[in-house]
Amino acid sequence: MTSPTASVALQQQPPGALSELSQETWALTRRLFLQLMRRPSTLIAGVLQPLIWLILFGALFANAPEGLLPGGMSYGRFLGAGVIVFTAFSGALNAGLPVMFDREFGFLNRLLVAPLRSRSSIVLASVIYITALSLLQSLAIMGTAAVLGYGWPGISGLALVLVTLLLLVFAVTALSLGLAFALPGHIELIAVIFVANLPLLFASTALAPLSFMPTWLGWLAALNPLTFAIEPIRAAYQGPLDLSAVLLEAPYGDVTGTSCLLILLVLTIGLFLAIRPLLNRKLS
Amino acid sequence: MALIELRKISKAYGSVPALHELDLTVPEGCLYGLLGPNGAGKTTAMRILATLLAPDSGSVVIGGVDGLVQPREVRQLMGYVAQEVAIDKILSGRELLQLQGDLYHLPRNESETRIADLIERLAMGDWIDRRCGTYSGGMRRRLDLAAGLLHRPRLLVLDEPTVGLDIESRSAIWQLLRQLVDEGTTVLLSSHYLEEVEALADQLAIIDAGRVIAEGSPDQLKQRLGGDRVTLRIREFSNADEATQVRALLEPLDGVRQVVVNRSQGFSLNLVIEGGAVIDQLRQTLEAAGLPVFALAQSRPSLDDVYLQATGRTLMDAELAIAGQRDVKKEKRQSMR
Repeated sequence: MTSPTASVALQQQPPGALSELSQETWALTRRLFLQLMRRPSTLIAGVLQPLIWLILFGALFANAPEGLLPGGMSYGRFLGAGVIVFTAFSGALNAGLPVMFDREFGFLNRLLVAPLRSRSSIVLASVIYITALSLLQSLAIMGTAAVLGYGWPGISGLALVLVTLLLLVFAVTALSLGLAFALPGHIELIAVIFVANLPLLFASTALAPLSFMPTWLGWLAALNPLTFAIEPIRAAYQGPLDLSAVLLEAPYGDVTGTSCLLILLVLTIGLFLAIRPLLNRKLS
Repeated sequence: MALIELRKISKAYGSVPALHELDLTVPEGCLYGLLGPNGAGKTTAMRILATLLAPDSGSVVIGGVDGLVQPREVRQLMGYVAQEVAIDKILSGRELLQLQGDLYHLPRNESETRIADLIERLAMGDWIDRRCGTYSGGMRRRLDLAAGLLHRPRLLVLDEPTVGLDIESRSAIWQLLRQLVDEGTTVLLSSHYLEEVEALADQLAIIDAGRVIAEGSPDQLKQRLGGDRVTLRIREFSNADEATQVRALLEPLDGVRQVVVNRSQGFSLNLVIEGGAVIDQLRQTLEAAGLPVFALAQSRPSLDDVYLQATGRTLMDAELAIAGQRDVKKEKRQSMR
């Protein structure tokens, strides 16, 4: 039976719901950034690793015969798009780690006993944090690539790069958060991250075009979500932007820039919908 | 008026029962103790109160609000300090309190004033701006307590707040809890320290195997037992046959109300006696039967005796028995979301 006090509380419209939601989301996001500022190793490692790929792989194929790659582009420029996507992908894949540590060390329980306006603020804070971090790392790589002479996209190209990266980061963040709530501990999560990272990079068009690959790998790369992010970014670096142009001649058919973005959008929405029941259960 | 009303709460982890139709009524404005050995169900009951865990059956009403229907309202009126101190090692104590203030939607000015007040009350001024990772256990516990109090809750729920603490920290926490009750806050505290519950609690419930086995004020519970307690050891390590024989010998004596064989303490005998002459009578009876007396101690009844009376074993024995059965990893998994 509900008491009169409770009934009154139920009938009243909650005051300043949006303000409370933004207060708690901002506070949780601020906490993640404070952690990053005091322990910047994640940020540094997240830039350093792709930087090494860019420099070493770029140097390795610096003398590749001209005309070997589609559109006659240099290998450095070809590689740049792949490394930018790899940077964002790796950063977003780590999104679940802070949540997992909060679960393991009981800090999540501290959040759950608080009268949060919506427990989505916990997820939202992680998404904001990891998106900002991944974009920052990707921009650092783009800047370095420009310094190395691998080019810089124009304004519209930059917008396309950012949109593509955002879609990819959202999708991978959803996946990582889902894993953080589904797996029993950080060891398992790190193992999944470790196992997923490099194979997904190699089984994409980050390092080589589809035409270089055996049929089976070509199929894998043409189905790999990273490829749908790499190709629009590569196109953004190549010149005038045409999203209707065919960016990928996949074994199953041609894929345009618009199709790439749509696939990423569907993937992002699908992944957030897929993890929603899990998040509802864990945060209820 | 009751602030907490738990009715027929049952909860099991898989096939392992934790609470069995637990009933608990906590009046407003008192310090209420939950006493029981580890594994008795205290933490599970508190996690249900804190809305971290849903019971399998039963009802939870706090401050007139149904905790299972309106958990957010319950969270607003409650401060919860868990057994394991969950702090962010990278943040300073002040930053953690500021975060807590934002999670409870306190306006910034009010939050800062309250933080300053709690820093002073809990003597945290010297270290509050250092990172939490550098804090001792006592500092962490004080910070955790401050976090639980930041939004001025009507009810403060503390799960084993002084486990493993130094005397200074324990004393500071006891003092604060007394002040809070004087100011009108209701405090529910779980502990397996007899002296803590005895010193602090106005009312208490003893929990064993997931249910309340005794309830009342410490004095009421002890008075209900009546008589003095005698612990008798025939020899340092006796055996079951001899202990049973001695019990049969002593039970018929005038003034002996009860004799319990304590198996876990070398088959010693715990007696409840009435009247001053009983001790002499005991000695004479044993002497006449040719039995030695290795040790004999007399005391007023304690809460441990209340527990012994209800369960047939002391709290310490219960702790030892449970310690061997506990699976810490499994318990951690249960507490994880």
